[in-house]
Amino acid sequence: MIKCEKLSKIYLNGDVETVALKEVSFQIEKGEFVSIIGPSGSGKSTLMHILGALDTPTSGQYFLDGKEVSKLSDDELSELRRDKIGFVFQSFNLLPRATVLRNVMLPLLYTDTTGKEREQRAREALFSAGMEEGKLYNLSNQLSGGQIQRVAIARALINNPAIILADEPTGNLDTKTSQVVMETLRELNLAGHTIILITHEIDIAKYARRIISIRDGAIESDATI
Amino acid sequence: MIYKDILQETFASLSANKVRSSLTILGIVIGIASVITMISIGQGAQSSIQSSIEAIGSNLIIVRPGAQRSGGVSGGQGSAQTLTQEDVSAIQIEGENILAIAPDVTRRYQITAKGNNTNTSVIGTAPDYLTVRNIKMDTGAFFTASQIKSSAKVAVLGATAKSDLFGNDTEPIGQFIRIKNVEFQVIGVAQAKGGSGFSNPDESVYIPITSAQHFLSGDNYVNTISIASVNQDVMTAVQEQVTQILLHRHNITEPASADFNIINQNDIIATASNITGTFTILLASIAGISLLVGGIGIMNMMLTTVTERTREIGLRKAVGVKRLYINLQFLSEAVALTFFGGLVGILLGWLASLAVSRFAGLVTQVSLSSILLAFGVSAAVGIAFGFYPARRAANLSPIEALRYE
Repeated sequence: MIKCEKLSKIYLNGDVETVALKEVSFQIEKGEFVSIIGPSGSGKSTLMHILGALDTPTSGQYFLDGKEVSKLSDDELSELRRDKIGFVFQSFNLLPRATVLRNVMLPLLYTDTTGKEREQRAREALFSAGMEEGKLYNLSNQLSGGQIQRVAIARALINNPAIILADEPTGNLDTKTSQVVMETLRELNLAGHTIILITHEIDIAKYARRIISIRDGAIESDATI
Repeated sequence: MIYKDILQETFASLSANKVRSSLTILGIVIGIASVITMISIGQGAQSSIQSSIEAIGSNLIIVRPGAQRSGGVSGGQGSAQTLTQEDVSAIQIEGENILAIAPDVTRRYQITAKGNNTNTSVIGTAPDYLTVRNIKMDTGAFFTASQIKSSAKVAVLGATAKSDLFGNDTEPIGQFIRIKNVEFQVIGVAQAKGGSGFSNPDESVYIPITSAQHFLSGDNYVNTISIASVNQDVMTAVQEQVTQILLHRHNITEPASADFNIINQNDIIATASNITGTFTILLASIAGISLLVGGIGIMNMMLTTVTERTREIGLRKAVGVKRLYINLQFLSEAVALTFFGGLVGILLGWLASLAVSRFAGLVTQVSLSSILLAFGVSAAVGIAFGFYPARRAANLSPIEALRYE
């Protein structure tokens, strides 16, 4: 499903070169639940950006679903993100003045799907994310933190993506809500979704079945629990 | 679905900031409204000047004597006495395509009638003057060719001259007026025609040209020869022919040294529309400046919006919205603002020009072309001033935009 070969990312800031990733190679199979863990500055965010097709590596190859991503153009990357990747962000990033339904349907904007089809898929995604019915027409800023993150998960699910990339999904939540969100992710994984979780908290990382630990731009350990 | 999406997104984001959107629209409204109003004033002036020139007569060609010179001092155009009744007869006989020809001898006199008096133009002329100058009789009759032959002491009054001399209640026909101590009997009153420039035909008094020459001026010269051609197409030809006849009669070989001037109505209209056209452009460009300021307002608002919604743009890009659609969405917001502003502005401008003609007494004319122009310009302003902010939004890096606080 995901195959990374010698991924490197070097940022140039004036004359100073910062190496964020050093020849990282690994594979993730379909249906896996993987945590990528590391302290801040370890390069895990950079890796997440590359895996999420938000950024391209300086060198190395990244195959998603057998497709070489590192050489794609801006618009091709956009299409790939829309069709293959679902994002869950730490800061939720919902549209504040839009209803739950409209937020979930956001990735379907400017596609050929009809309004009816969009709503149907949004309802299904919200159901899978464990969001209760009856809140569909609430504005997103009227929801609790846990509900917001479920809406965000539903948004990530709507295109039935190859992978769900969760970037510190519990970073802004209390412990109890965090557990609920992580249980939701675990259930989604059991339902067959491939999930990659980026976090710096070992407790959260332990919800996954495999933990890749990153330090100083290189893989420190890769263990299946 | 894509266009519907863009419209829905545009509506949602503009209605999220109602106050800001309306203030921005206001800039465009004022710009478009002032363009519409100014153009309507300009075009109104143009059409009213044109119609008052046309009211002088139809297909009119006017011959006037040249300047009188005595010892190098010019008396100005029309002051010389070079045109005579014989010239008129010659044009009448030799000229082609002439519908009517009327010479006149015009001078101002003090006129008295039954205790009232006024000072106005006395026009000595011939019956053809009615045709040439589009004058219609209200009551009574104009003088005839035989009354000219006999130098009859009869007069026809313009509408204003009639009320000046006799008031509105007295029947003037059959009464007498005195011009330079000569008594003339009133035989008719002309219909009111409305003013046109310096000589208002309604204030004039008409008498037979021979009477004017015998009793008032005492010579055989005429001031002006007015000629109506049969239609508009032959005006230039008639003008040329009349010039040739007069040059020949006056023994002048060089047209540049002619002792008369000949102008036709088309030239006057062309000159006048030229002037009012320039005037309209001047007004419209002053108004256009406010439209430009409105456009900058749009750009300012759009840039603020892009900054404010940086995270949202980042999110949209992250979930796979293509650059093109981000671009289109912001562009469509700008165009929607100017489009709506344009609509309201056209309505407001139209009302304003109605108000101008109602309260300031100016003639205004809102033409379809000025509405289309305003509409096109407002849409263009939206595209021009929305382009940069939209591009900026579309080119944001999703990673940077998502991190933006």
